[in-house]
Amino acid sequence: MIEIKGITKTFGDNDVLRGISAKFKPGKNNLIIGGSGSGKTTLLKCIVGLHEPTKGDVIFDGENFTQMNFEQRVPIRTHIGMLFQNSALFDSMTVEENIMFPLNLFTDRTHAEKLDRANFCLERVNLKGKNKLYPSELSGGMKKRVGIARAISMQPKYLFVDEPNSGLDPKTSILIDELINELTEEYQITTVIVTHDMNSVMGIGDHIIFLHQGKKWWEGTKDEIAHTDNKELNDFVFASKFMRAAKARL
Amino acid sequence: MFHSLGKYILLLRLSFRKPEKFSVYWAEVMREMVSVGVGSLGIISIISVFIGAATTIQVAFQLSSPLVPRSIAGSIARDSTILEFSPTISSLVLAGRVGSSMASQIGTMRVTEQIDALEIMGVNAPGYLISPKIIAGVTMFPILVIASIALGIFGGWLACVVSGDVSPADYLSGVHEGFEGLTIRVAIVKAIVFGFIITSICAYQGFYTSGGALEVGQSATRGVVYSCVMVLFADLVITRLML
Repeated sequence: MIEIKGITKTFGDNDVLRGISAKFKPGKNNLIIGGSGSGKTTLLKCIVGLHEPTKGDVIFDGENFTQMNFEQRVPIRTHIGMLFQNSALFDSMTVEENIMFPLNLFTDRTHAEKLDRANFCLERVNLKGKNKLYPSELSGGMKKRVGIARAISMQPKYLFVDEPNSGLDPKTSILIDELINELTEEYQITTVIVTHDMNSVMGIGDHIIFLHQGKKWWEGTKDEIAHTDNKELNDFVFASKFMRAAKARL
Repeated sequence: MFHSLGKYILLLRLSFRKPEKFSVYWAEVMREMVSVGVGSLGIISIISVFIGAATTIQVAFQLSSPLVPRSIAGSIARDSTILEFSPTISSLVLAGRVGSSMASQIGTMRVTEQIDALEIMGVNAPGYLISPKIIAGVTMFPILVIASIALGIFGGWLACVVSGDVSPADYLSGVHEGFEGLTIRVAIVKAIVFGFIITSICAYQGFYTSGGALEVGQSATRGVVYSCVMVLFADLVITRLML
């Protein structure tokens, strides 16, 4: 289980995160939502260790990740998969090489075994046969799927996803959400997703944390979100006429 | 300035931490060596031949007195090529070709979160990205400089053949006369140091890029400018210490 305790992050005079504590549900989709500049991505980066929190702790299965040095973090990191907003595929490598990269570095498998695993991951994200393409030859949705394939190649216990739907059309967004949801359920991964896409929130939000002004403002499920009287959350979730109409029909 | 120097030293220390898997790093070193060495051979050949030719013609022009033996043009062109033109001018050209490419490659990886992706996986990103480039720099620069010396001297001979200012026989006799091995050692030491300076400074600039495409370009420019200045400073220090 992942737990964060009193995470505070300050950049100069700017307090981006102000003492956020939460427990992420194991084997579920945990969504961090909030408006632009609310600190969602900063919180995600603090959890995975890309930013060091100014104060507070991140605990992975009882181990304090924040207090660890680089070497101590490596065993935990091998259980982490991450999908970045822009996929962050290595430009100089083919799809297959991207997926095999962590396997090359952290496993002693033979080339054939690694290739099998890469093919399995590609098949799992419906990209069978795209092994030899370079990232520049892929569409945005395909890049996201390759990113997911790379993230699951090491069979992670934790999957972190930063804005999975950014830059994608609605149909592809739903496909990506469904894929993340299937993987979470199938492999019992603890998935943490940063998003402001309401389709994702209402579709796969098992556990939702709403950030506002750098604080945890609300926490609940997708069913609870429709009935909350939290003004800031309502302003955020039901900002569009369409969503307000949908709420009225509930 | 001290803050940047500290960050640079810390980055170098991180770069030479024990690799996660030697074979993966070795493949990366080989790839960088091909990129730096083979990839730069063309431009180094062209500038070396022309610099060697121009140096020889200029020396022949300046030493036109009948009291000075014509072969001296070969000796002066040789020493100038070995001690200064090949290591320093080649390195300045390589700073533009190799250094800017390294800084922009690493900078692009930074702004597109590829370095974050490496770190998430548990890879020591400075080690994986920077150490192969530095190793390629310090091994391939001396080889390129030796090639540059040979081609520079060949360029001088070619100038003699074409222009007739000095006879090729006089030129070759001058090249052989009074040759000291120390000059080659100085050139190799310079090449190693310059290779380190260019690759490490440009990699540092790229690694700490933040922002977008504009900042990647600025990092590459800074990398080239700073490494050129440091190359010229190191050139002076090495020359003073070794000669």
